[in-house]
Amino acid sequence: MRRYLLHRLAQSALTLVGMSILVFVILRVLPGDPAKMLLPEGAPESAVQELNRQLGLREPLHVQYVLFVRSVFRGDFGQSFQYRAPALAVVVERLPATIQLTLCAMALTVVGGVAIGIVAAVRRGSRYDYAGTALAVLGQSLPSFWLGIMLILFFGVTLRWLPTSGFQGWTYLILPSVTLAAYPTALVARLTRSSMLEILSREYVRTGRAKGLAERAVILRHVLRNATIPVLTILGLQIGTLLGGAVITESVFAWPGMGKLVVDAIFFRDFPVVQTVLILSATIFVGINLLVDVLYTVIDPRIRYG
Amino acid sequence: MGATASGPVEVPAAAPASPAAPLAVPASRPAAAARLRRHPLVLVGGAILLAVVLASALAPLLTGADPVRPSFGQRLRPPWGLGGSAARPLGADNLGRDILARLLYGGRVSLALATSAVVLATGAGVLAGLLAGWLGGRVDDLVMRIADVQLAFPVIMLAIAIVAVVGTSPIALVGVLALSGWVLHARTVRANVLTIRQLEYVEAAAALGASRVRTVFRHVLPNTLAPILVIASSQFATMVLLESGLSFLGLGVQPPRPSWGGMLAEGRDYLSSAWWLATMPGAAISLVVLGANLLGDGLRDLLDPHLGR
Repeated sequence: MRRYLLHRLAQSALTLVGMSILVFVILRVLPGDPAKMLLPEGAPESAVQELNRQLGLREPLHVQYVLFVRSVFRGDFGQSFQYRAPALAVVVERLPATIQLTLCAMALTVVGGVAIGIVAAVRRGSRYDYAGTALAVLGQSLPSFWLGIMLILFFGVTLRWLPTSGFQGWTYLILPSVTLAAYPTALVARLTRSSMLEILSREYVRTGRAKGLAERAVILRHVLRNATIPVLTILGLQIGTLLGGAVITESVFAWPGMGKLVVDAIFFRDFPVVQTVLILSATIFVGINLLVDVLYTVIDPRIRYG
Repeated sequence: MGATASGPVEVPAAAPASPAAPLAVPASRPAAAARLRRHPLVLVGGAILLAVVLASALAPLLTGADPVRPSFGQRLRPPWGLGGSAARPLGADNLGRDILARLLYGGRVSLALATSAVVLATGAGVLAGLLAGWLGGRVDDLVMRIADVQLAFPVIMLAIAIVAVVGTSPIALVGVLALSGWVLHARTVRANVLTIRQLEYVEAAAALGASRVRTVFRHVLPNTLAPILVIASSQFATMVLLESGLSFLGLGVQPPRPSWGGMLAEGRDYLSSAWWLATMPGAAISLVVLGANLLGDGLRDLLDPHLGR
């Protein structure tokens, strides 16, 4: 168990190293003159020289990389020139809005996806199954930005029931989180269904029924619990989908989170902010998936890595 | 670092990632037709895709309208039957351009980008997976760690960062899209190769004196084709979504060239006065994605009886 955790920890650390190399390559190596990119347009030549010196951009690449990593560890992600403040502070300030939206969407995904999946599996071949499956296929096919706009059109413009943009109270959360949750919910529903069907055919389920357990107990205690493992893996991976999806959803609903920030930053060519968002979201993703792996061992005591 | 990635990105039960049974002997024609009939999704999805591809390929025959030149007299003209005329069946946009023509010509761009990206992602991913699975050891470790790193980034964030740096040329877009797709192919092919290389016919080929390269390409690769096909077709859906998402954000295909995502973004400002501007391109994207998803699902059921139901 401990060996497994150490192994996973080392693996995650390695992934983060790789991630930092990738960000470094994208933002420091791909552009011909990163200093020009990291400074506002029309910055004086002296400022370019100064940043060149500060970032060590005249040094060989491996030295530059070490300097880059060192500054990241110091929490120095550069200055946002759009906001004239440290990039990290700018991004962290937007983080709560994104976390709120992602958590809300995640809750919808878990509740909606698992519920649809259970019903479809238990009532296999019924109307509910077909409806659920159709809903899931649709959920995976509608582009989130279109779904979002259609929800705005329907609930905001036509019915005037719900606010369509901004961030001033929980009603503002509804449309964006439904939009963001659609795709992962569909995925989770399908996976829950197939995973449940597989478990339902197991011997111990028949045993449970034969010994007179209530169907509810069979489904909830024996089938669902065993069907949870693959679903949990997918949920961990959906954090990435949600963080990425937030980029588009936040832009559609003018939600003041990290995703909208990064899109705006790109149009202002505010690369320190772009870099910070990239590093932060990848770190969150790696952290959560590490957590998910640890959770497995709690949910399923059979799993003992070693 | 163990060679088997128990990493954050392994998806034990996700259907496409699990090794497929080696393909059965090629079925005779009537048998194939019967199997297709039992999996109508393949036909439905394929027909949808084919219709859209043909429609955009034959755009000049289907519409005489110019997709780019504005004609302000037609500004925000509603679709046919809702106050518009048959000359502009889906209405006109904020610059008076025919929406049907823009959809058809925009489809060319979207479909071409997505197709190239799928081909590139499949090629790169299959190659990486073959190398990792067949050579094992350090190569395997390296490829799988790179895949982990790749998966740690939300695809769209990585894509917009790269596009922001290198620009929105078609080559850059295809590259960015392909970057998001190679990992799944690599992982699946690797898993398959690990199974297949243990099988007797591989040993037999080696015993008969086949070279390693020949063994891989003649005996191992063909037996991983089923999952590759399944992944590629559902990936086509992802690519169309990603490309139109980028174009929607203004980081993909650039105006005045029509693109579905771009049309949606423009239409967003006219939601309360002219809903069709945003609705039509979104419907087109959904249709293509639905077609590709159905095709992918159908192929999975068809090619791999062990998966799915």
